Amino acid sequence: MKTKKIINDGANAVDEMLEGVLAAHSAKVFALDHSPRSIIARDGARPGKVGMVIGGGSGHEPSFLGFVGKGLADAAAIGNVFASPPPDPIIECTKAVNNGAGVLYMYGNYAGDVMNFDMAAEMVAMDDIEVRTVLTTDDVASAPADQREKRRGVAGNVFVFKAAGAACDKMLSIDECERVARKANDRTFTFGVALAPCSLPQTLKPNFTLGEDEMEVGMGIHGEPGISREQLKPADAITDELMDKILDEMAAPKGDRVAVIVNSLGSTPLMELYIMMRQVKKRLDQAGLELHLSLVGNYCTSLEMAGASITVMHLDDELQEMIDHPCDCAMFRAG
Amino acid sequence: MSEITSANLIAMFAEIAKSMAEAKAHLCELDGVIGDADHGIAMDLGFSTVATNLGALDAGTTDPAAVFNTAAKSFLNAIGASSGPLYATAFMRAGASVKGKNVLSDDDFADAFIAMAKGIQDRGKAEIGDKTMIDAWVPAAEAVEAAKARGASLTELLDAAGKAAETGAEATKAMIASKGRSARLGERAIGHIDPGAASAAILIRAMGRGLG
Repeated sequence: MKTKKIINDGANAVDEMLEGVLAAHSAKVFALDHSPRSIIARDGARPGKVGMVIGGGSGHEPSFLGFVGKGLADAAAIGNVFASPPPDPIIECTKAVNNGAGVLYMYGNYAGDVMNFDMAAEMVAMDDIEVRTVLTTDDVASAPADQREKRRGVAGNVFVFKAAGAACDKMLSIDECERVARKANDRTFTFGVALAPCSLPQTLKPNFTLGEDEMEVGMGIHGEPGISREQLKPADAITDELMDKILDEMAAPKGDRVAVIVNSLGSTPLMELYIMMRQVKKRLDQAGLELHLSLVGNYCTSLEMAGASITVMHLDDELQEMIDHPCDCAMFRAG
Repeated sequence: MSEITSANLIAMFAEIAKSMAEAKAHLCELDGVIGDADHGIAMDLGFSTVATNLGALDAGTTDPAAVFNTAAKSFLNAIGASSGPLYATAFMRAGASVKGKNVLSDDDFADAFIAMAKGIQDRGKAEIGDKTMIDAWVPAAEAVEAAKARGASLTELLDAAGKAAETGAEATKAMIASKGRSARLGERAIGHIDPGAASAAILIRAMGRGLG
């Protein structure tokens, strides 16, 4: 059975989406003429500022291009659906935002992204551009806690990018920006559950199957199988299962502050996200944690997949300042 | 065949593109079991772009190294992903190994093939048994090395490589992945052939047909 999508030709989906993004948000971003999959902030890079380039496959909107703008990323390199961008658009982004203070690469930890961004970093090094790379590894389902470096990056990207983008916008040095980015990643935890598959625009075929009363805990944002397949449960029980693991790993003392994202994987509506948010707040209250900021909605999606993820960032004074720092992007604003 | 020209290499890539187009749905299906179901799309898009760009070259004035380098760049920038850097590195290494030659002997091609496998291994840092395309490429390169040593014809050499790649790809069924996205699957990947190894076997078989 074929899925239904509002597309023209699946093979053109990414480029036609980009045309639409530029039509809607040309005040915030533009594409390079010679590299149309390099999306650059109009009010981003400036003399003395560390440049910040993010990127990844398409199909996760508003990740990644929606987070390009003043106070957050200076540029995003856009890949095909669920596929890392090749080195060329990454290199062009890097050159466009480099001001001699160094460039920070930030993206989710996936084998393809690592190879393409590393190839780009090797090539711009020949032009004397210093690149530092910080991978996001917030998905607690993707590897055990003692193998954090193997974990993949998912919705926690938003907070980690936000903190790093603020550090860059505050004109901190490349060393400091990198330190903030690493700390932000170390203190960010995401866990999710999928209820129904997504389908690629080119195939229109569901990319996995789930029984009508099943859910998959820990599924990846490209449909990678998770850690367990379970009976669908009520929202409070799902939220508890996700929060148990996150709170256990985060091990935050009572009185500490956190920031939360309740993220839709694509088609799960706000109603269900807010039902989850209600239980998230209860669990934070029980743990004696103060909810400083919450984002509820589509932040890191997987096309039309049904399901949701919860991200918790364990704040300290510095991270709170970075999270509160103003930003003004095509699809995200703060302060 | 005693001499392999740029025109022969371009025909070889055209045959690879044809095979990937035919295998597209099958590879997506394999990938859907343990990955994100896009491997067939990526391989088809990548090699059809390679074939188009190579088709635009003048085979008479392009040396074999330039054919491989054009293939590398075309494949990489068409798809990115993980297959992009892996095969781009493979073709760049093949190009480097035949640099300065106007036509290739069977031995030159064998060396280029071995350089491809080495390039994939260096870029992806995977080992035999990790359930990746390396499980097809390394045995194929070993078969090429052995065939070269016994002075086998190009046809025999590529047939040995194809057989070794197919056996290697089949063996990934019994493996647990430790690299790439399916690494996160652990034991649940057992029983499923790795799509990257499957497409590698298809590619190596197509090389044999394209140069045959």
